[in-house]
Amino acid sequence: MDIGQVFTLSALGSQFLVGLSRSMILFIVCSGMSFVLGVLRVPNVAHGSLYMIGAFSAFSIANLFGGSSVGFWLALVFAPLVVAAVSLIAERALFCHLYQREHLMLLLFTFAIMLILGDLVKLIWGAEYRSIVAPPHLRGSIAIFGSSLPRYNLFLLIIGPLVAIILWLFTNKTKIGKISRAAAVDREMVGAVGINVSWVFAIAFVIGCYLAGLGGALVAPTVSITLGMDHTIIIEAFLIVTIGGLGNMWGALVGSLIFGLTQAFGVLFWPQFAIVFPYAAVVIILIWKPTGMLKSVW
Amino acid sequence: MQPYRYTERKVHALFRNIFNLKSSGPIVALFIILLILPPIIPRFYTYIIALMFVTGLLAMSLNMVVGHGGMFQFHHAAFYGVGAYTFALILTKTSLPMWVGFVAGPMVAAFVGLLIGWFCVRLSRLYFGMLQISLGSLIWAIVFRWYSLTGGDDGIHGIPMPSILSSLTSSYYFILIVLTICLGGMYLIFKSPFGTTLQAIRDNPQRCEAVGVNVRRHQLAAIVIATFFAGIAGILFVVLERSVFPDLLFWVLSLEIFIMCLLGGWFTFLGPMLGAAITMALRTFVGIYTEYWTLILGIILILLIFFLPEGVMGLITEKFKGQVTSYMQEQK
Repeated sequence: MDIGQVFTLSALGSQFLVGLSRSMILFIVCSGMSFVLGVLRVPNVAHGSLYMIGAFSAFSIANLFGGSSVGFWLALVFAPLVVAAVSLIAERALFCHLYQREHLMLLLFTFAIMLILGDLVKLIWGAEYRSIVAPPHLRGSIAIFGSSLPRYNLFLLIIGPLVAIILWLFTNKTKIGKISRAAAVDREMVGAVGINVSWVFAIAFVIGCYLAGLGGALVAPTVSITLGMDHTIIIEAFLIVTIGGLGNMWGALVGSLIFGLTQAFGVLFWPQFAIVFPYAAVVIILIWKPTGMLKSVW
Repeated sequence: MQPYRYTERKVHALFRNIFNLKSSGPIVALFIILLILPPIIPRFYTYIIALMFVTGLLAMSLNMVVGHGGMFQFHHAAFYGVGAYTFALILTKTSLPMWVGFVAGPMVAAFVGLLIGWFCVRLSRLYFGMLQISLGSLIWAIVFRWYSLTGGDDGIHGIPMPSILSSLTSSYYFILIVLTICLGGMYLIFKSPFGTTLQAIRDNPQRCEAVGVNVRRHQLAAIVIATFFAGIAGILFVVLERSVFPDLLFWVLSLEIFIMCLLGGWFTFLGPMLGAAITMALRTFVGIYTEYWTLILGIILILLIFFLPEGVMGLITEKFKGQVTSYMQEQK
């Protein structure tokens, strides 16, 4: 490995952009998890499974239209809705009866959901590798900083901030968003002023899971869709949410950037141990600031 | 206050308790049955029972921290894997005698437990668990990628064992003996002043702090002891399987042993052992009929959470003795 070759500006720049677009996917997934964590106070272990279902449904919907451009856009719209429907069923049928229980039980419950959803995906879609293609105008790459960046990554770089802005507008400017923020701080008080807290929780849970599905649908053209993608994303999401500050949306953004960028630069510097870099970064941050970089809502 | 002084009378009472025929009768009978079992039953069942022992020891070591200590030990499998990998690496990469591996496995696991626990005990419940998941995942990532040392995602297979442990039956007996010793040690710790202090910390850390107990030091000691036993379980796994792979340190296994503790009962001593046995038995028999074992496990877990939060052993204790800690209800 020739040092001079690796550290050229263009290589660094392109790796930076790749890491940034990876961070955007992570951010979309983690903001959903962080939202659920903030309002419901539950680390949702099933979040990764919902992300996987999002990717698989995107595949099915895109396949329905024979891989055409329309199919991709419809998949992007409807796959997250499928995930939201699944999460709504799980929440209303089972989860809403458990809110009075201890945290550990809620966490184990979401783990049970993860186990069940994982096998259901295997039952419905099988264990083969799947893939979908991006529409023609998002294929290929363009030149930035003297290096080429896939157009799809550029698309992700636009979508990520868009999701952040919409989520910010939702939590700060709409009534339901304000109620959910209030429920995050003091659920008894919200109930006392006559708001049905159970439904606030349901809506927050579904929105969080919708974001997981959106992340899954967005990542679908860039990776091979397979069983086991839930296991890797969920641990990353947990760590990102923790280093960002539990329940803080901007914390999820900061955490995603740290995680995505350390991974991208890790590939450049020491490919064999690329996956170790983000974990090491997380450990350093947690030892330095155990409760996360930004203020936690807890 | 002298929480650590073992008076002679206490020790006598403890041993009287252990060797009390009425309460220990069934356990001795079970031990004798397990001793004579291997020649009678098919090889496959011997293997499954030995695997139950190993997993049960792991679950019980986790329960020392989770059930008795009330800490969110979310990545216990990391220490299990560290013990197993240490043992496997000493056997394959060095020419040291085997007993060094037996000593080093649990010691290294306990040392890693001390390192990780030292950072974790300063944090409150969920952050404790999160930091532990991240540190454990760091170990997993290193093991997963360090091909030249650990074999990466393939792991190490065909680890040579001395002739005394070469057959399945002999490794079964070895595992049974080690397990019995470990359970004895765990029981002594469970009933010791240290163990009861730990349970008091679980139930009310503030009050314990107020009467002068060093809460963090107790918790750290519990983590080190539990990780030591997890390291022993790791070694036993290598003795049985003769291979190690990165899945041993993956967080999914950690949550699975969590389920075993829940299934058996958090607040009982032998509960996790029972939970592990039930889980392994179900996995074996369900596996004959369907490949969707985790679906079944998920459904069992949901049923448990809804209907049996105290676990099977908790139910039995409640039925027969009418006394079970209502810790879960208090935590609302």
